[in-house]
Amino acid sequence: MNSSLEKSAKRDVSFIVNGEERNLLAHPMERLLDVLRNGLGLTGAKEGCGEGECGSCSVLLDGMLVNSCLVPVAQANGASIITIEGISTHDLLSPLQQAFLECGGAQCGICTPGMILAAVHLLEKKPEPALSDIREGLAGNLCRCTGYMQIFEAVARAAQLRMAK
Amino acid sequence: MPRKEGRDKVTGAARYVDDMALPGMLHGATVRSSVARGKIKTISFGPGVDWNEFVVVTAKDIPGKNCIALILDDQPCLAAENVNHPEEPILLLAHAERHKLRKAVEAVSIDYEPLPSVHSMEDSERKSTIIWGNDNILKRYLVEKGDVDAVWKEAAHIVEGEYFTGAQEQLYIENNGVIAAFEPESGVTIWGSLQCPYYVHKALMALCDQPEDRVRVVQMETGGAFGGKEEYPSMIAGHAALLAIKSGKPVKIIYDRMEDMIATTKRHPSRTRHRTAVDKNGKILGGEIEFTIDGGAYATLSSVVLSRGTIHAGGPYYWPSVRIRTKAVATNTPPHGAFRGFGAPQSLFALERHMDRIAQVVGISPIEVRRRNFLKTGQTTTTEQTIQENIDLDGLLDRALDLSNYDAKKKRFAEENRNGKIKKGIGIAAFLHGAGFTGSGERYLNSLVGVEAGADGVVRVLVSSAEFGQGTNTVLCQIAAEALGLPYENVAIAQPDTNVVPNSGPTVASRTAMIVGKLVQSAATGIKETLAKSGLLGEDYTPDQFRIACREYIASHGALKSYSRYESPGNVYWDDEKYRGEAYAAFAWAVYVAEVTVDLTTYSVTVNDFVALQEVGKVLNPVLAEGQITGGVAQGIGFALYEKVVWHDGRMLNNQMTNYIMPTSVDLPPIRVFFEEHGNVHGAHGAKGIGELPMDGPAPAIVNAVEDATGVRFDSIPLLPEDLFEALGDKSGERDFLSPTRGMA
Amino acid sequence: MRADPADYKLVSPGNLQAVLSLLADEPSQWLPIAGGTDVMVLYSAGKLPNRKLIDIWSIPELRQIEVLPERIRIGAACTYTALRSHEIISRDFPLLTLAASWTGGIANQNRGTLGGNIANASPAADSLPALLVYDAELTLISVRGQRRVPYRTFHAGYKKTTLAADELILDISLPRQFAEYAPHARKVGARNAQAISKVCLAALGQCADGVIRDLRLALGSVAPVPFRLQETEQLLTGIKIAPSLINAARKSVLKEIRPIGDIRSTARYRAAVAANLVAEFLEKLAVEGTNA
Repeated sequence: MNSSLEKSAKRDVSFIVNGEERNLLAHPMERLLDVLRNGLGLTGAKEGCGEGECGSCSVLLDGMLVNSCLVPVAQANGASIITIEGISTHDLLSPLQQAFLECGGAQCGICTPGMILAAVHLLEKKPEPALSDIREGLAGNLCRCTGYMQIFEAVARAAQLRMAK
Repeated sequence: MPRKEGRDKVTGAARYVDDMALPGMLHGATVRSSVARGKIKTISFGPGVDWNEFVVVTAKDIPGKNCIALILDDQPCLAAENVNHPEEPILLLAHAERHKLRKAVEAVSIDYEPLPSVHSMEDSERKSTIIWGNDNILKRYLVEKGDVDAVWKEAAHIVEGEYFTGAQEQLYIENNGVIAAFEPESGVTIWGSLQCPYYVHKALMALCDQPEDRVRVVQMETGGAFGGKEEYPSMIAGHAALLAIKSGKPVKIIYDRMEDMIATTKRHPSRTRHRTAVDKNGKILGGEIEFTIDGGAYATLSSVVLSRGTIHAGGPYYWPSVRIRTKAVATNTPPHGAFRGFGAPQSLFALERHMDRIAQVVGISPIEVRRRNFLKTGQTTTTEQTIQENIDLDGLLDRALDLSNYDAKKKRFAEENRNGKIKKGIGIAAFLHGAGFTGSGERYLNSLVGVEAGADGVVRVLVSSAEFGQGTNTVLCQIAAEALGLPYENVAIAQPDTNVVPNSGPTVASRTAMIVGKLVQSAATGIKETLAKSGLLGEDYTPDQFRIACREYIASHGALKSYSRYESPGNVYWDDEKYRGEAYAAFAWAVYVAEVTVDLTTYSVTVNDFVALQEVGKVLNPVLAEGQITGGVAQGIGFALYEKVVWHDGRMLNNQMTNYIMPTSVDLPPIRVFFEEHGNVHGAHGAKGIGELPMDGPAPAIVNAVEDATGVRFDSIPLLPEDLFEALGDKSGERDFLSPTRGMA
Repeated sequence: MRADPADYKLVSPGNLQAVLSLLADEPSQWLPIAGGTDVMVLYSAGKLPNRKLIDIWSIPELRQIEVLPERIRIGAACTYTALRSHEIISRDFPLLTLAASWTGGIANQNRGTLGGNIANASPAADSLPALLVYDAELTLISVRGQRRVPYRTFHAGYKKTTLAADELILDISLPRQFAEYAPHARKVGARNAQAISKVCLAALGQCADGVIRDLRLALGSVAPVPFRLQETEQLLTGIKIAPSLINAARKSVLKEIRPIGDIRSTARYRAAVAANLVAEFLEKLAVEGTNA
């Protein structure tokens, strides 16, 4: 080990998380996932793989779906972040959350926060997605429990519920 | 009925073990063997790390017995003198800062005297190197029915086949994790991601030398399990507990994906050899089945996996005579373990491929060969269990063929396959799955279930049965609510905590809805009866009246609890020596149909349509039941076509999600699920267990379909494009360019 | 997570000049990180040797897409999502946007960048064969100025590029001259999404009366670098497409490529599939001709 390498200092990071301004000190290379979970206590985003394959760490960063395990927190400085905790308003479930409950879209639940955010992202871009759009939109989120069928149903149902509003 | 804990799951409020922290908590890590087999010579703690900051635990620190108590107790918690598989745990480290652990683990250097190691079933069978017991054999079974030796001379055909299945990683999206704490006054507490709190409880008693009431195990929300958290959690919990005892602080150990995949259990690889005597009509006269599984370095659960594989080896067919010889052999691999299906997917893959083979040899269709051999009510299975229920496998097959449009597709594909580079095929699998523990297993488990009513009229189910996505919480609350005539919302289920809930047995073997559910039903009924006996409640009542009755009862009598213990149905006969008798209280039956496309440009197989039809006694919750089937089918498709473990001398090389391939949302076909319900006297509301059933059918149905599409036999899974390519070959004569060694890394 | 964040420096100067100055002052010391979809995977696995990283994610000059009459200039830090949603890139360079849609799931497309893919120089990268057939040109920039290099000369060997120690990829430009070509691309991976390619073909063909006028074939994962099949192209140019030609093409492909066996696939499979993909393209070309 090269003992002449200095440790990096923690820096001020601030961003808006679920509509609230948050700031803390963090090493710039801390993963956004760890800062959300350990720094801010937002444990909804999960680590399933640490390599950007499973999507269970997905959050919305400036409106874009990203794998938070691959984002150095310094790059999130000044951004607006939405996590699963920001999806329901005042204890009222969103259409997607409602649909996941109705259709069995969540079994063990570990992929669910990321899956819902991926679905939110999809429905914002394609409010009336065809099944192929849903499949593509969720291709970066692995689910081991459901075989995806009821997740597709939930997203299609949510699209209906949203259009009805 | 919406999922009981569903709201928490869709809002991110559900608490998994890594979401939890305790004050003063340390993080733990494991130093593991880099050799497959050897003697540990020296352990040194390298420079660049301040070792004073670390808690270090070795085998010497174990207060009790250095083993993970399970069945044979041969697996050490920490290797002391010998290691028997790559990544075997040797010592443990803990530190307050999680990030400091990796460097420390890498700074521990261990010198080994390597010993010859065994890395295949065949090598193990050869016995040139003995690595376990006297003969490398972890367990054997022999099932004999009728007079097998007499059938060969009467046979019109003798059909042989050899079939292989590979290891499969459970790949729950939440890795194994645990928090342990030790208090001198109360003992050890474990919070973990697990299926069987009482298995961990038993293991920790022995490891930490603590009595029953000084070990407490609490199950946290568990992000998928599939058997991978049946026995393994005892190991990781043991490790965290040892660190907690030594440091006096709570310790959290969470595996990352790479560690979880390389170090924990997988599905047992298998080899099945069939030799079957059939008459000129394809009717089975008898046969010999040899089934061998690779157990890895220690016995762990291999005897039970072998048991289930043995009993399912004959499938849903009538065997007038059969000899089933099975064994689990040891290799220097991390022990293989429980994974949904638990031996049955392996032996049923072989059988259902073999049935298609028999059909070919005899010259009849795969459909016809099955019709002619299906079990009927009143006939006996390979273990001589009489099928009591009214089954109509012929009818089930008819319905599956209709739902999948089998006949029309088979004809059309045969036509279309004449030209072009896309070949289509359709294949079926017929199978059964026994629910609950084998034979006298449920009696041995002696499950106990409690139901408690509070003064507020809220009813709480008390079971050690764990929820990990399959719907335990929902179904058991539904059953209790129905038994008491209360709204589902008025029933809750206690978090499985060994201080609070009785031992209702492990959450395995597709037993929860069926067996534990029935006990919940009777325990709930017991509450009603207690209140009635006290004159506080009539036969019909409103929820409000129920609440008042509870309040009054509790005010005068104290707690209102009712317990129900498993009672085995009187006439169950099972001989553990001869492996004969009533293996399971109930069988679910199924016929699955897979339609595939084989692309000869890329040699890839895609499943385009999948029909899953099963008879399950009673569907307790349609949404949950369908989810179990689609999820199981998806794992079966992975087992067949995608999920390969790449081994090198007992070590998994592709231990990352980027190169251990499970299907994504764009890889799976529509999975169409259908149920038949013919009841079950032994299950709650007539339900049979269904959790593992869907794992048995997809792989053989798919490989049968691939053979239909290509005309080539494949008898080994996973079946990858590379395997298809080697079998189909390059027909244009350029094979010289593709010499076997060209360009090999 | 096998790295200690405290051991790593990440600086975000926020402007191109500052980035280039730092690269010049301390050449080879600072690893540029854009979207992080490659770097952060290595980092998390404890396998990133570089301790000093320089953030180029939000440098405006690296994010621009400039549409000129003869060329399109794509900033190196443009994401796959940005490429896919650009109307003119999608129309003029469909092989590139197709490759972008194959590169991981949506979350990775939102962060992965074309420049990052090029600099990472994996022979398995999906978009690199497309750049080869489109005759891409890279603009490399440092404090010493800018230089343009044909992309086809950029890879010197396995994961080795001709990027100087103080240089950054500024942009990738593509000539808008392929409207008359039939485009074709196919990726073969272990599954349909989130897969590293086992073999990947990008192809452009121009055909008149069944005779090949121009042919461009590039493959990923069959050599240490993304690979343009120049010998096969030359063999086929000017010839009428017929079964015998397609067979000759197959033989030529097999001779030209040098695939390896690795954890993902075998050399024999890659070779056979590469030949099949080229044959498939030629058959398609023969049937459909060129979109006039």
